[in-house]
Amino acid sequence: MADNKLDYILQLADNALIYGHRLSEWTGHGPQLEVDMALSNISLDNIGAARSFYQYAAEIEGGDKTEDSYPYLRDVRDFKNVLLVEIPNGDFAKTIARSFYFDCFQFHFYTALQQSSDERIAAIAAKSIKEVTYHWRYSKGWVIKLGDGTEVSKAKMQEALNDVWDYAGELFAPNKLELEMQAQRIAPDLAPIKERWDNSINEALKAATLTITDENGDWHHNGGKDGKHSEHLGFLLAELQFVQRAYPNSEW
Amino acid sequence: MSKSEWPLWEVFIRSKAGLDHKHVGSLHAVDSEMAIENARDVYTRRQEGISIWVVESENIHASNPDESESFYEPSDDKIYRHPTFYELPDKLKHM
Repeated sequence: MADNKLDYILQLADNALIYGHRLSEWTGHGPQLEVDMALSNISLDNIGAARSFYQYAAEIEGGDKTEDSYPYLRDVRDFKNVLLVEIPNGDFAKTIARSFYFDCFQFHFYTALQQSSDERIAAIAAKSIKEVTYHWRYSKGWVIKLGDGTEVSKAKMQEALNDVWDYAGELFAPNKLELEMQAQRIAPDLAPIKERWDNSINEALKAATLTITDENGDWHHNGGKDGKHSEHLGFLLAELQFVQRAYPNSEW
Repeated sequence: MSKSEWPLWEVFIRSKAGLDHKHVGSLHAVDSEMAIENARDVYTRRQEGISIWVVESENIHASNPDESESFYEPSDDKIYRHPTFYELPDKLKHM
């Protein structure tokens, strides 16, 4: 039982870490200095939330585990993040499309997670919700600006939202672990979160004068939660883990 | 980074309640809402403020440095404009 809770905490952590890492790839490359700073801030917020979860995981597992054990010393199949957060950044529109779907999810998910029967998880969610509220405001703002902008920005935003759409479904498809956590009230039910997410997304899309072309119906990419990842996560981890792998236990 | 065509904004931050907003710098943004968000991200990430003002730079009118002689130097020798110029009678308290 405790093992499953540990896995669930790692899933929460991995989502935040991999998303934060992807956003950090914009540092120094943002289309504007101000955007560069904003994405870096959002990246750090997510990595900070991931640290809180990893610290908790290390306390539960005990032994010589630390918060660093999980991001630096696990292989790709051990990561439980959704595929949405590991897809490459692409251009700015694609990065914003991913943030738009994920920030909205995080906002409604962390809101519900504050009611977790696990006090520590509830406390981390409560601390993160203020940050996530701003992330959602930020990515939503960009979708509206680009959608309701010029002909070119509208076309690019629309294409990016369509491209990323099939990765959003995994957020709301509970795996075995999540169902078990829901039964223990550690994890929130994803169905009402999906409903709130749909409403928020549709409201924003309306303001952005955009519509999702959902060619594949209910079909969506799946597997990240169970460790079945796209090839992209391996490359991401190769970079993230390089120093630790090349110089194990080095300190400075 | 590409050359910016976004308008320039001046940013003023109030560091805590009761203090004035102070000019801290400038940034680029397409509208006032984005300017405030950008100011939040660029200028308040180390707890520098609790309130932000932004003003489009083109709306700020400044004195001309070339006129500084006629503008500012005449006041240099008007020391009687400072309260410290006047000697107060001893019986006057609490000034």
